[in-house]
Amino acid sequence: MSDPSVLIERAKAGDKRALGRLLTLLEELNADNAWILERLSSEGGRAHVVGITGMPGAGKSTLISRLVRAFRDMSYKVAVISIDPTSPISSGSIMGDRLRMQEHATDPGVFIRSVTNRGILGGVSLAALAMIEAFDVMGYDKIIVETVGVGQSETDIMNVADTIVVLTMPGAGDDVQALKAGVFEIGDVYVVNKSDRPDAAKTYEYMLFVAEKEALGRGGSWRPAVVKTSAALGLGIRELAETINRHFSYVLESGEKERRLIARRTHLVRLVAARLLLQSLSEVMEGERERVGKVVRDMRGFYDEAMRIVRLTGKRLVE
Amino acid sequence: MQSPRTTRRIKVLVAKVGLDGHDRGAKVIARALRDAGFEVVYTGLRQTIDQVVAAAIQEDVDIIGINQHEGSHFHIARKLLQKLEESGAGDIPVVMGGSIPLVDVEPLRAMGVKEVFLPGTPIAEIVKRLEEIASERKHLAPRAKG
Ligand SMILES: Nc1nc2c(ncn2[C@@H]2O[C@H](COP(=O)(O)OP(=O)(O)O)[C@@H](O)[C@H]2O)c(=O)[nH]1
Ligand SMILES: [Mg+2]
Repeated sequence: MSDPSVLIERAKAGDKRALGRLLTLLEELNADNAWILERLSSEGGRAHVVGITGMPGAGKSTLISRLVRAFRDMSYKVAVISIDPTSPISSGSIMGDRLRMQEHATDPGVFIRSVTNRGILGGVSLAALAMIEAFDVMGYDKIIVETVGVGQSETDIMNVADTIVVLTMPGAGDDVQALKAGVFEIGDVYVVNKSDRPDAAKTYEYMLFVAEKEALGRGGSWRPAVVKTSAALGLGIRELAETINRHFSYVLESGEKERRLIARRTHLVRLVAARLLLQSLSEVMEGERERVGKVVRDMRGFYDEAMRIVRLTGKRLVE
Repeated sequence: MQSPRTTRRIKVLVAKVGLDGHDRGAKVIARALRDAGFEVVYTGLRQTIDQVVAAAIQEDVDIIGINQHEGSHFHIARKLLQKLEESGAGDIPVVMGGSIPLVDVEPLRAMGVKEVFLPGTPIAEIVKRLEEIASERKHLAPRAKG
């Protein structure tokens, strides 16, 4: 079970062990095994990629577990990619999202995979992007990607998903910080989760206002939707699933699907390039450490030194 | 052009099987492994054997760690190893810890449990042993080819 071509064939036949192994190969994407992704992607582009983003604790994982059930009831095959945000390069990570979805672990039509964000830019790692391509070919209709929306990562999900679901909860939605962070500019669907809580009505009103305001500034005929849910109690889930599907119909009919697919794959190429660059840069910096150390003593000529490093990095890459 | 080597971290599934109601020990282990640089998939309490095997396969972990405090470790080990084998994942090593008595260690090993950690085993020793087990396995791991 070591030949990637065999893994692909077996995975297509529904062998989850083979698919799990294949995803690991994609996680370690490099020049030698890039052909695997080429082969997979040549057949893909059909699945519906749903990005779910929001602050930690908003209820993303709990809600996804409910959504998986709803999509399964509609007879879709569902894959979940859960991206662990808290893993600086130097240390490990605990991937805990899966815990909330384990009830689906043994469902033949569900595949859940956790990946760490060892990617360099934004919240969606290169590994996750490569995995989307694989799930697509393996017949998963809905590919749900969970990312934490902080900093740059929520704009990152724009380049990845066909449908972007932004999760908020009572007390968080009317937060100026969230507005500033730009989270409320990217959603196709806004969800006010934890609507079992008494202060939910206010947040819902606020999100309606945000969506209304935002609809004005957009091209296309899709108006951002706002849905109230309680992932804990299982309320509003069906409506959410249907809204997400309605958005996908829009994406397909408007020709937006093609554009989003290109954006996603362009982003993948960008992340590969970024990784190569950074890899080279670290190697050059390591080799030039002494010289740089001297320059920074009085910082004289530091800018030229940086430019020299850039040139060396470029040279190293080309070699 | 050279390609960057991405060194994959060791990925471990930490699980508790059965009705045993507290997971303090499992959480302590999960955190310690994370601090040692492992990727830890934590599945929580009261997992069935089938759920553990499904998670291990989908996550493609290098090692399955079972933390057990009730006295059913033989039963669990037997069923888990059997289910792994049936699912084409018999190559994933299983280790156990929790409150397993010394006399049971050898019989568990004989059954195919890769390692048993007795109560009070220092975390550094667990980390070292898991690293060894994972690296033994990497020799067998499929290599991508062009
Ligand atoms: N009251 C309430 N709690 C919820 C709801 N959804 C999730 N939670 C809780 O919120 C916490 C964080 O949930 P989780 O799904 O892990 O959030 P994530 O970090 O966004 O993935 C957990 O304790 C959940 O039980 C909800 O609809 N209502
Ligand atoms: Mg989560």
